[in-house]
Amino acid sequence: MTERPTADPAVPPIVSFRSVTKRYDPKSTVVDDLSLDIVKGEFLTLLGPSGSGKTTTLMMLAGFEWPSSGRIFMDGQDITDLPPHKRDLGVVFQSYALFPHMSVADNVAFPLAVRNVSAEEKKRRVAEALELVHLSGFGDRKPGQLSGGQQQRVALARSLVYRPRIVLMDEPLGALDKALREQMQLEIKQIHRQLGVTFVYVTHDQDEALTMSDRVAVFHEGRIQQICSPVEIYRRPRTRFVASFLGETNMLPGTVVGADGAMAEIKLANGVVLRGLAGEGIAAGKEAVLVVRPEAIPEIHAADAGGNAIEGTLLDQLFHGDHVRVRITVAGGQTVQLKLRPQACSGLPAAGETLRLSIPVEEALILA
Amino acid sequence: MRQTPASRLGHFGLGLTAALVLAFLMAPLIVIVLFSFKDSGDFTFPITGWSLKWYRDFFTSPTWMAALQNSLILAVSTTLLATPLGTMAALGLAAPQLPGRRLISAFLLIPMIAPVVIVGVGMYFVFSMTGLTATFPGLILGHTSLAVPFVVVTVSAVLTGLDRRLLWAAASMGAPPLLTFRKVTLPVILPGIASGALFSFATSLDEVVVTMFLAGPGQRTLPREMFTIARDTLTPTIAAAATVLIAASIVLLIASSVLGRSNR
Repeated sequence: MTERPTADPAVPPIVSFRSVTKRYDPKSTVVDDLSLDIVKGEFLTLLGPSGSGKTTTLMMLAGFEWPSSGRIFMDGQDITDLPPHKRDLGVVFQSYALFPHMSVADNVAFPLAVRNVSAEEKKRRVAEALELVHLSGFGDRKPGQLSGGQQQRVALARSLVYRPRIVLMDEPLGALDKALREQMQLEIKQIHRQLGVTFVYVTHDQDEALTMSDRVAVFHEGRIQQICSPVEIYRRPRTRFVASFLGETNMLPGTVVGADGAMAEIKLANGVVLRGLAGEGIAAGKEAVLVVRPEAIPEIHAADAGGNAIEGTLLDQLFHGDHVRVRITVAGGQTVQLKLRPQACSGLPAAGETLRLSIPVEEALILA
Repeated sequence: MRQTPASRLGHFGLGLTAALVLAFLMAPLIVIVLFSFKDSGDFTFPITGWSLKWYRDFFTSPTWMAALQNSLILAVSTTLLATPLGTMAALGLAAPQLPGRRLISAFLLIPMIAPVVIVGVGMYFVFSMTGLTATFPGLILGHTSLAVPFVVVTVSAVLTGLDRRLLWAAASMGAPPLLTFRKVTLPVILPGIASGALFSFATSLDEVVVTMFLAGPGQRTLPREMFTIARDTLTPTIAAAATVLIAASIVLLIASSVLGRSNR
């Protein structure tokens, strides 16, 4: 597992949130004591359900919202009270926010016009930016004449043309259909690689977060639950919320019976004791859950294979082509979902038969 | 969809009612226009001969021309004053952080809702204390206060359709607030401002109640002149004057609907 350098002390972060809290009234805290360092050049995704504080965090960075307390720094400068037009950021909105009365070229040229760039250079850079988003030749059209995907490309070109320090994107693909969304994900990622600009991306779509990001920050109730690489966050979620929010997962409740540093043992409702990697705050006697991904259990044994295993009865299996979904009812009445390779299912017993699931110790997490 | 006899009857009934209402609304205007082209000087049917002489009367009479000129001066001044005032008020009311927004907006719209006679009497008392009665500035102020609510309403309507993110996008690209206003807000809300301006112009052009209270002999306006003449010597010249006003209103109406369409 590669831990991406979250905060290399040699490279100062481009953005730092320091104990930032945002509340609209005393009762509802939208962002709660947030501290976050953004690494220069990274693709950071703020992921979370709606109301988790991710968009508010982005809007505070852009300067459209102000923290109730705490400070925000950019390149070492305190920008907490700096108005948005002095922050040198690019922002892409879900609603595109193109100026309806201007042509595509004028939209893209707007930030250059604000900076008094000469006419020639403006023309050249607009053409470059439109080429980057595959919209050369669309300069004379009005935004209303373009499809949603094309409009979002214009917005992207407009946010990049003046080479801002950071580009912020607020659910930019939320209004597009699935196929277009996947294509745009690739394009955005390629542009990020090509330009090396820092991207901060807000989404509630976990697939988008996993495929595009260098780092993912999972937000829940105004706090960052975990921030690390997509692989790490998927394979080693730190909290139940992160485990359930990203991808599918099986959670079996029980009581911790033993903990020795990195490993722990949990006693499930049916009395079975399973071993797994210990999460934070795991100690003997505490309530906890065993978390295991559906694809992390490689095979099923007919009976008595021993090891880190649990017994159950086969409920059903669904063929999906590249994988087979197997549902198993374990003692205690809970259903465990498995995703198996079709080849691994040849020897499966019939529905209703008893079988044994071996759970690899390094794929099982015990979380408080 | 298949039509049942009952639904056909319903459609017919609806059409008939609509036609009757329309006729009821249009008949007075049509009658006036017809009489303005009638060659004899009485307001009775049938019309036996046509003539433009009432228009010649209207356009050659010094009294009528002075009234028309006064009306136009008032309407233009009112428009020039009410449009920026109403636009600024609407912009202010659109700011989410403005305290007491509803109350302020209610106050702004009072001249539109309160009975004009009461507004007129009130203005007469207040203006006579400040020496503004029987003056053009006084009349312009009176008309402006009647016209501002229309501008506030039309501009507010387009402002609610203005995506705040457009302004945010402009700011993020480095545009200071004033530049954002000039390059983004203003072009987007321009159709609303223009139709507010047209409403102001029309409001002032056919205003008669407040004018009655505030105007002196020097400020005879077209509607006021018509009102006076209709009361004592009824000549068809008044029909010609009315037709001119109707034509002006139609032009304004078409202009505002064209503006509305170009907005889309």
